[in-house]
Amino acid sequence: MQMNKWSGLALAAGALALSASVHAAPPTAAMLSNACAGCHGTHGGSAGPSMPSLASQSKTAIVEAMKKFKSGERPSTVMGRLAKGYTDADFAAMGEFFSKQKFHPTTQMVDAAKAKKGASLQEANCSRCHLDEGKDGKDDTPVMASQWLPYLQMQMGLYQSGARKMPEKMAEKVKPLSKEELDALIHFYASQK
Amino acid sequence: MTLERRSFLTLFGAGAGAATLGMAGCASQPGSGGGRKVVVVGGGYGGTIAAKYIRMMDKSIEVTLIERNDHFVSCPFSNLVLGGMMPDLSKLTIKYDKLAANHGIKVVQAEVTGVDAAAHTVTTSKGVFAYDRLVLSPGIEFRTDEIKGFDENVTPHAWKAGPQTLLLKKQLEAMKPGENVIISIPVAPFRCPPGPYERASMIAMFLKEHKPGSKVIVLDGNPDIVSKKGLFLKGWKKHYDGIVDYRPAKKVTEVVPGAVLVEGIEEVKGAVINVIPPQKAGHIAHVAGVVGPDKKWCPVNPMTFESTIHKDIHVIGDSSIAGAMPKSGYSANSEAKVCATNIVALMNGNEITELSAINTCYSYLSRKEAVSVTGVYRVNKEKHVIEPVPGSVGVSPDLSETEAVYAESWLRNILTEMST
Repeated sequence: MQMNKWSGLALAAGALALSASVHAAPPTAAMLSNACAGCHGTHGGSAGPSMPSLASQSKTAIVEAMKKFKSGERPSTVMGRLAKGYTDADFAAMGEFFSKQKFHPTTQMVDAAKAKKGASLQEANCSRCHLDEGKDGKDDTPVMASQWLPYLQMQMGLYQSGARKMPEKMAEKVKPLSKEELDALIHFYASQK
Repeated sequence: MTLERRSFLTLFGAGAGAATLGMAGCASQPGSGGGRKVVVVGGGYGGTIAAKYIRMMDKSIEVTLIERNDHFVSCPFSNLVLGGMMPDLSKLTIKYDKLAANHGIKVVQAEVTGVDAAAHTVTTSKGVFAYDRLVLSPGIEFRTDEIKGFDENVTPHAWKAGPQTLLLKKQLEAMKPGENVIISIPVAPFRCPPGPYERASMIAMFLKEHKPGSKVIVLDGNPDIVSKKGLFLKGWKKHYDGIVDYRPAKKVTEVVPGAVLVEGIEEVKGAVINVIPPQKAGHIAHVAGVVGPDKKWCPVNPMTFESTIHKDIHVIGDSSIAGAMPKSGYSANSEAKVCATNIVALMNGNEITELSAINTCYSYLSRKEAVSVTGVYRVNKEKHVIEPVPGSVGVSPDLSETEAVYAESWLRNILTEMST
């Protein structure tokens, strides 16, 4: 008796729920992007030192990164698998969403002397693409400012091992630099807010 | 601010019951203006995020988060305490003050004693709260009746992080070298599918370092390792050969002094016994009457997480039946955002949005190596269930030091998201 009454209720509610969901709109940019925030922070502002902030990134940089993760061209751990769950249109929507979020400044321990040295190196070598001290992400150039040191170090490691391919213009500039100079650059970008 | 405080206070006053009922009835008209209320029960991986995202998306909705404790301890990573990689629970513990202040969420530390789905009220140890929509994220409860003689003070489950984790850790430290540990794994589904196997790895690491001659006997109620099988087997062979003694299809049904019984017959002795009992939806879900005919888990609409039993009650996280999504912390986080998005849409009379969700979950095999499982999820509209997007579900190709580094950042980010 109790069971009958109960399953009747469940059925009615189930039918109601079913009819409601039929009219659901396809996932919005926010719906797609919010799912990333567990690892990349709310609105793409990362609190985890090996995860990049996506907030205020250039749309193209995000789309390009996701496509390269998906194809395997850019080495990754989880990103290659996750990227396979999305279409190019999804990447564009996520890129648009994160590009509109406020820049996420981080407070981290950087070596002031290295950062100072890095400032002039950036000016001389990187500033034509990494605009405004790495704060401005343009086209496929990512925002570098305030990214976590460990993240920047891990990516530079991948570039140097050849696992991650540098764009030609970047390779030209990076190859002549010493390990110490690259380290200084990384400290500079991490220190920028 | 003053207004919020006043309406908050009326809930506690004498005769508030009638007043709140009236308010609920009035406010339940979608788009009727001010005074719209969401109550969220449970301040863990799901509840904190649901409360936060509702407030981020619509400041005109009042959100009250009811949680029995003044803090939350993360289950993910608590196995690292057992392995000796974390000295205590401090890195796993969050408070609610910043979350409350940043988003204008009313956090109430109280025990929920009743839910009246018809009247739209939640009764707690600190008064009655009216809601237009209720979100339940109560985690799990144990089906202890299926393990005869189970006493969590003697054979801790440590499957809700906190004092139970520390009790198991103390027992491990106190055991003599050469003695054995038993882990009993329930039949799936249970909270955190790879968790028991990570625990076996962490305990084996502790034994290897501190208790020579000791073994960890894993009695698995399932026919095989439930998650990340190849990687766990590889890690155990690499690091803990002869220390992890894995035995499939061994369902523990009884605890006796110093031993467990498999299927009531086969006795397996252990100095430390970690019984992870079979599970069901959190207690509050049963109180609210949103548990399905299996008497275990809560059937929900896969887009809104609204209960298919009671209207205006949403269930997220471990308690819900979320199709292919595993009962993990990240799933709860992702489900909470979908639920929040669609609660805001429904309360404003707008069209709901299809679910797009993620799970990412790491397990440690040793101090420096971890592995992950991932998945992107969508709703199959014909079958009306949550399914993985083909190709997105997969595990690490190998044990990885890089993944152990990423795992740490996973924890930092997800706990920061929950607490700020």
